[in-house]
Amino acid sequence: MKPFVDIHDVTHVYARAEDGVPAVQNLTIRINEGEFAAIVGPSGCGKSTLMKLATGLQFPREGTVIVDGKEVGAPVKLAGMAFQNPTMLPWRTTVDNILLPLEIVEPHRSRLRKHKAEYVAKAEGLLEQVGLKGQGHKYPWQLSGGMQQRASLCRALIHEPKLLMLDEPFGALDSFTREELWCVMRDLHAARKVTIILVTHDLREAAFLADRVFCMSARPGHIVAEREVTFPRPRDLEITYTPEFSELVHELRGHIAQARKAA
Amino acid sequence: MKTKNQLAAAPWVFTVGFFLLWELVCRAFKISSFILPAPSTILLAVWEYRSQLTYHALHTLWMTFAGFGLAVGFGLLLGMLLGSSRLINAGSYPLLVGFNSIPKVAVVPILVFWFGVGWVPPVLTAFLISFFPIVVNVATGIATVEPEMEDVLRALGASKKDIVFKIGVPRAMPYFFGSLKVAITLAYVGSVIGEQNASNVGIGNLLTRASAAFEVPLVWAALVVLAVLGVIMYAITAYAERSMTGWAQRSQMAA
Repeated sequence: MKPFVDIHDVTHVYARAEDGVPAVQNLTIRINEGEFAAIVGPSGCGKSTLMKLATGLQFPREGTVIVDGKEVGAPVKLAGMAFQNPTMLPWRTTVDNILLPLEIVEPHRSRLRKHKAEYVAKAEGLLEQVGLKGQGHKYPWQLSGGMQQRASLCRALIHEPKLLMLDEPFGALDSFTREELWCVMRDLHAARKVTIILVTHDLREAAFLADRVFCMSARPGHIVAEREVTFPRPRDLEITYTPEFSELVHELRGHIAQARKAA
Repeated sequence: MKTKNQLAAAPWVFTVGFFLLWELVCRAFKISSFILPAPSTILLAVWEYRSQLTYHALHTLWMTFAGFGLAVGFGLLLGMLLGSSRLINAGSYPLLVGFNSIPKVAVVPILVFWFGVGWVPPVLTAFLISFFPIVVNVATGIATVEPEMEDVLRALGASKKDIVFKIGVPRAMPYFFGSLKVAITLAYVGSVIGEQNASNVGIGNLLTRASAAFEVPLVWAALVVLAVLGVIMYAITAYAERSMTGWAQRSQMAA
């Protein structure tokens, strides 16, 4: 398989960083097309920087970032993003929030006005997939936190991105809702074959969802360990209670503990 | 439901109570109507001078709306510019604050040198006094867009303009309408100041002439008319705010 996201020997310092310490240093990571990659690490390890580099929101000071065969020199335009904070716009209904990316990305941008009904149907379809059927007319603030996060996933997927970036998207949810959304995410990935990079603090989440888990060191961040997750798909939530799963989580925890100690 | 009715009645009860108290104090202490006329005396004066008051009040209203309209247009444009560019924001703030600190009464003579006595100075005074809060509020609303939201759109290739118009401007609307409530009353003060010094019509001008002639009840009648019009205009902008940005007012505090 060819790499879809290829970050090679990248060192990045933010222009605003006061101490001049790089956020990431000699970071190398390859993620294949259609793969579900999870990135875990101690806080402040540059996981969000990695997301910004892969989407072209930041450009590396040293090294190269190649996405979909092209070196990144501008925002990549083929990415969808979701964050811990659902960032829904309160003045738009849920459906209009989900349609927002289409108002930016071509060819949808110029088609949206004339083919509105078609796109609304598409948004409704996505809402159904994440378990929010018929809730599109509501305003985001009429939805619970978990429902807003589901809608935010729909917004990240509406323009059929080839790359989905998730920055701790379930971090603020209660554990039952979180596990429900893991399954939603698992099914979306299975249905769409989109490449997903999930940044998370939750090792169980990474182990349950990902094909490969990457552990990052403390700042300046780089990859210290890479672990293939071999549980067959489709995975059931029950696997999270098997000894093999616990062993994997324990192993990942060991890497993070070491990374924290090294800092 | 009881508390809701009480809330609705409260403004009327408080207002009527205030004027009753005023009336009582005037009668109890036999205060001369030259010093402080009782509300009943003022009401009589309003009735007596009704045609004169209406004529001048309409003129003042017109001046106020013209100045306010200019301030809204200019304030929105400048606010959008300041909110979307940190450079322009940092560069122009001292100028804006400095200008806003000048008492506008002091500017009216300059306006008279430029445009002569007439309708222009009151309109411009109303404009100059009321655009500042609009600029500041619109700029704040736009400048405080959540960085995650910006990232979502920028990663899709959105331009600065896209982000300002899709997120910044709608997001600034509650701030904008909030500032209108301040700006409308300021504009009103501005047009009256302008009329007092540089016009032959309007409530401001009427006030100047009435006080020069020691027609105390007429002065008070004009002040009461000003206050009533001010409340009405405030209510109109507050209504516009509620109907345009209801999504922003869902907390218990706003209800």
